[in-house]
Amino acid sequence: MRFLESVGNSAIEKIEYVGGLSIQLWRGWLASWRVNPFTGSRLRWRSTIDHMAVVGVHALPVVCLIAGATGLILAFQGGAELRRFGALQFVINLVGVSMTRELGPLMTAIVVIGRSGSSFSAEIGTMVVTEEVDALRTMALDPIEFLLAPKYVAMMVMLPCLTIAAVASGILAGGIFTYFTMGMSLQVYLRATLDVLVLRDIVTSMIKAVGFGTIIVHVGCFEGFHVSGGPIGVGQSTTAAVVKSIFLVVLADLLFTAFFYLFWR
Amino acid sequence: MSKEVHPALRKRLRADGVAPLISVQDLVVRYGDKEVLKSVNLDIYPGETMVILGASGSGKSTLLRHLEALARPTSGHIYIKGVDVATCTNEELQRVRRIMGVSFQSAAMFNSMTVGDNVALPLREHTKLAEPTIKLMTQMKLSQVGLEGAENLFPAQLSGGMKKRASVARALAMDPEILVFDEPSAGLDPIIGAGIDQLILHLKQAFKMTIVVVTHEMASAFLIADRMCMLHQGKIIAIGTVEEIKRHEHPRVRQFLQRIPDEPGSADANYLTGL
Repeated sequence: MRFLESVGNSAIEKIEYVGGLSIQLWRGWLASWRVNPFTGSRLRWRSTIDHMAVVGVHALPVVCLIAGATGLILAFQGGAELRRFGALQFVINLVGVSMTRELGPLMTAIVVIGRSGSSFSAEIGTMVVTEEVDALRTMALDPIEFLLAPKYVAMMVMLPCLTIAAVASGILAGGIFTYFTMGMSLQVYLRATLDVLVLRDIVTSMIKAVGFGTIIVHVGCFEGFHVSGGPIGVGQSTTAAVVKSIFLVVLADLLFTAFFYLFWR
Repeated sequence: MSKEVHPALRKRLRADGVAPLISVQDLVVRYGDKEVLKSVNLDIYPGETMVILGASGSGKSTLLRHLEALARPTSGHIYIKGVDVATCTNEELQRVRRIMGVSFQSAAMFNSMTVGDNVALPLREHTKLAEPTIKLMTQMKLSQVGLEGAENLFPAQLSGGMKKRASVARALAMDPEILVFDEPSAGLDPIIGAGIDQLILHLKQAFKMTIVVVTHEMASAFLIADRMCMLHQGKIIAIGTVEEIKRHEHPRVRQFLQRIPDEPGSADANYLTGL
């Protein structure tokens, strides 16, 4: 009986978590319309611009560096195998398609989880502990609109931009490999890459970026809003935000990839 | 929020026919198996200062959270200006919140904003006032709490007492009808604490506000209160004027007033730990 009870409790907790996250997603989506620069609050739009700088611009160097290294690793590993079959030129396909469809969005999401998802959780969690979130509510201000919506809009704009930069960095790194191993000029390499890629690859990459961005913001903020137990709780929520975001991003990636494989080939 | 007396408040009129501004009726709050508030009834009338007393774990913070409309109760009603915040719509709740100002125990100032921006925040969000007017009003609110010229400082640059004052200025920003203080002198030295008491008295006299204060500082409570009530184990065990409370014969009230500790192993000592 105790085993059944614990399984039941655990299932209820998970359902509650998903339910809470879904409600927050809906409220966040509605609140995002009030953040726009034309009819929304100017305070919220200024906050959105600040978050765009932190989430996007400040993350650009590290995202490019990691994506470039990933592209180079992929070229080395793929090249070692493909060389045995005299098909080294297919490294271009390997790097171009893998970076655009898969590794560009995924690596960017993981870097952004580490930089921004954790900081969203810590920032909101600290505000919960210091009663600042309660203060917002007593001032008739919606914490979802005030705290989450600017982050969400910033992420929706910046994560696709970062993903494009990551894909470009990975592909360029592949170009360095082909230059030194095959003597192929960068111009020829880029032309060959463009021949390999189709619009569908880029669109699926952007769809993934938008999906991953939604997960990062909502899981980070949800963990922050549900902090309890003071500073220890803030630390635990930050860890939970990172772990749950990575898990959900990889799960979403699997679902997106399976969906595109089955229905959009 | 009509001017007619709400039917639920008709039985709770004061002798002079005034309806309560805040009326807590049969309020029950349960967390899991633990009943934190057990059928609490409390009326607070316009212009009076009600001090809620109670030991740690007596349920006073829970009662305050419900008075601030930050949580919905398990059962019962909380009428604030005729609106039952336990069951009202979100729009009604937002309207109620705009007539309330809250000064939190930790001050709860937004650390990323200057003091001026903190005080101006409700004005910028809820009014269409021009920026110069908002600046002027911010300066006025800060001078009301004795913080002239502090608008460009950040909360981290303020002392504990100054932070409390700044949080009162922010609570006053929208000229609320009800002002709520959670442990106003907690963590402050007696001189600064006395200054906060003077500030509450000044606000009461100057603006005729309805003030609710949660505290366990007896000297402060006796100074600022018009009426007091005492919570014990989730129930109100005493309510009355300062003099009535001073003369109250309930053993727990006497114990509280005379600062007598609980006997080890007694029911009161074990209440918090649930033993």
